[in-house]
Amino acid sequence: MFPELNHLLNTTPDKAEQGKLTLLCDAKTDGSFLVHHFLSFYLKANCKVCFVALVQSFSHYGIVGQKLGVSLTAARERGQLVFLEALKTSVDIFFQPPVEPHPLQFLREASAGNLQPLFEFVREALKPEDGGEAKWRHPVLLVDDLSVLLSLGVGAVAVLDFIHYCRATVCTELKGNVVALVHDSGDSEDEENDLLLSGLSHQSHLILRAEGLATGFCRDVHGQLRVLWRRPSWPAAQRDRSLTYQYKIQDKTVSFFAKGLSPAVL
Amino acid sequence: MAAVSTCGPGPGNRGSEAVAVDRSSATSFQRRGPRAGGTDGSGLRLVSIAGTRPSVRNGQLLVSTGLPALDQLLGGGLAVGTVLLIEEDKYNVYSPLLFKSFLAEGVVNGHTLLVASAKEHPADTVQELPAPLLDDSYKKEFDEDGCNDKTPDSHMKMKIAWRYQLLPKMEQVGPVLSSRFGHYYDVSKKIPQELLQTAKWHGFFLPDNMPSPLALEPGHLTHGYTMLLEFIKKVISEEGVDGSNPQKKQRNILRIGIQSLGSPLWGDNSCCAESGDSGHSLTKFLYVLRGLVRTSLSACVVTVPAHLIQSKAITARVTNLSDTVVGLESFAGSERETNPFYKDYHGLMHIRQIPRLNNLICDESDVKDLAFKLKRKLFTIESYRLRVPRSKLRNPGPHCTMGADGYRLHLPPDLSDAASRWCAQDPARATPPLGPGCSGLARGEKHLDF
Repeated sequence: MFPELNHLLNTTPDKAEQGKLTLLCDAKTDGSFLVHHFLSFYLKANCKVCFVALVQSFSHYGIVGQKLGVSLTAARERGQLVFLEALKTSVDIFFQPPVEPHPLQFLREASAGNLQPLFEFVREALKPEDGGEAKWRHPVLLVDDLSVLLSLGVGAVAVLDFIHYCRATVCTELKGNVVALVHDSGDSEDEENDLLLSGLSHQSHLILRAEGLATGFCRDVHGQLRVLWRRPSWPAAQRDRSLTYQYKIQDKTVSFFAKGLSPAVL
Repeated sequence: MAAVSTCGPGPGNRGSEAVAVDRSSATSFQRRGPRAGGTDGSGLRLVSIAGTRPSVRNGQLLVSTGLPALDQLLGGGLAVGTVLLIEEDKYNVYSPLLFKSFLAEGVVNGHTLLVASAKEHPADTVQELPAPLLDDSYKKEFDEDGCNDKTPDSHMKMKIAWRYQLLPKMEQVGPVLSSRFGHYYDVSKKIPQELLQTAKWHGFFLPDNMPSPLALEPGHLTHGYTMLLEFIKKVISEEGVDGSNPQKKQRNILRIGIQSLGSPLWGDNSCCAESGDSGHSLTKFLYVLRGLVRTSLSACVVTVPAHLIQSKAITARVTNLSDTVVGLESFAGSERETNPFYKDYHGLMHIRQIPRLNNLICDESDVKDLAFKLKRKLFTIESYRLRVPRSKLRNPGPHCTMGADGYRLHLPPDLSDAASRWCAQDPARATPPLGPGCSGLARGEKHLDF
């Protein structure tokens, strides 16, 4: 996790909020550093994490996690982390029909109607253990990323349904959090993606949007992060808060600063 | 910055490998070797396979793309386990050169090849691979075609500090003179037969694999794609590159080359689809391909006729599903062919995306304005900004408005009068709104660049 981002979001691993849907969005840049942040944040907060990794392999997250101070292998072994490595299992499921319902079953269908097997997998992974003693704090679902599901033949409505079901189970019933990454395609007229993005933005409590700079490539400032707090449940008296920062990604951390005040410029 | 760091350990590749080993033992950071799923149990080791080297930044295993300039731009080479997507130029003249250089590099290094095409039989493709240039003769090639930053002492052999002679000059996006990792190819000659005989390759030609009409495919991919995926999976397990047989002989890299993926010749109608929702064959294929490549010791190059794809949504999705994306834009048939600004070049090269593997940051080159040219024998990539020699500067014309046309200059403000001298009106008007330095890191609006 990045300490500066924790400052900005006003959270620490000890007092993480519960029951929230966080939307990570990137436009014209790569927002995967946010996924690494939340993964290590929730592992450090001693939460049970179910990570649906659709685009990268386990070792990728593991190596970056080590730089950020968490060991994914150890977390998986002690049961804190349930990792669905889609790249590896997609090959198996594509060539042979699965014996029992598999979370990635939609790969075998022409245009998948729903993501129910995937939801069942998540629910199974995050259900509280019977036997009384709770080892972990609230459960967390992390998805990286949802836009690739659209490329695999799943409709935007099916993805929205999936997130709705996850939110109902994880956020409301189990008092946990859901974090999902969606790419914003910008001007590339991807209607399904826009539908997904606006649907999710509407129901999220916190939106983190990583954008490329309007002026193009810069060596010292890698992009701009917009943080938008939304309180759909609160009465309209409280307005949504929004902050914008610019950031630079370094080897083991990301430094944030106010717009125009990059240390390279000052 | 990134360019310097990758050509730093240029002299002596073995030296760079040794450095990497020392670095890894100095930290408690356990670095894995190649990203093969089956080799998880073997722990820390640096695999020494011919024709590969670990990346300077994170120890990722790299192979050469066959074009040392492109290797430098991609941060040292193509990472094993990733997919490089090449967007073909309009008349498909130059992208086959990149494709064949990649395969030829595999032959020279002794890697196994897998060539798939719907148009040209793989046997013909393999026969037409370019011949590698031996260590000394490529220097002659560069000199013949008029390297414009020749210094008087470039021909002098250094006797005492001979290592310094191998260090490349910093300004050009030129060759890194390490002959063991990347090789230069003479595109006018074919690869010698004796080299080909030692090469091991597998070919997939679509017309030979046509279906029985009643077959039903999983995931409803186009039949050609399904057959190709099964073929690739079969070759991967036969060659043992997925680590399934740890007692097998010497490990080797599998180089996969797929030509013109997404074109109608594969039976895919992604080019004609108007929106993203009809036909997910191409995107599903890329996803499963990436899964196959990621879990084995292979590197894949795919060329896609991006100019045929009508829907921007599909282009964006295809870009997101690949690791590295490079685009070629040739000047043939456009008004830039006769533009004096581009007279030495045949087209532009765009690096659209570079992956961040095992890392928060990626190895992005600072050089953004890239153009390629096909000289008589060599295909090279250069930056077209830095090459104008002083002698060709015109008289001080009207002050060139920087920012109009998105004209970008790399000079600090005090040299702006020198810049305006070569910012003559006609070329400036015809130059494109120069793309923001798109490398996937940050893309901005079209006309503003600093």
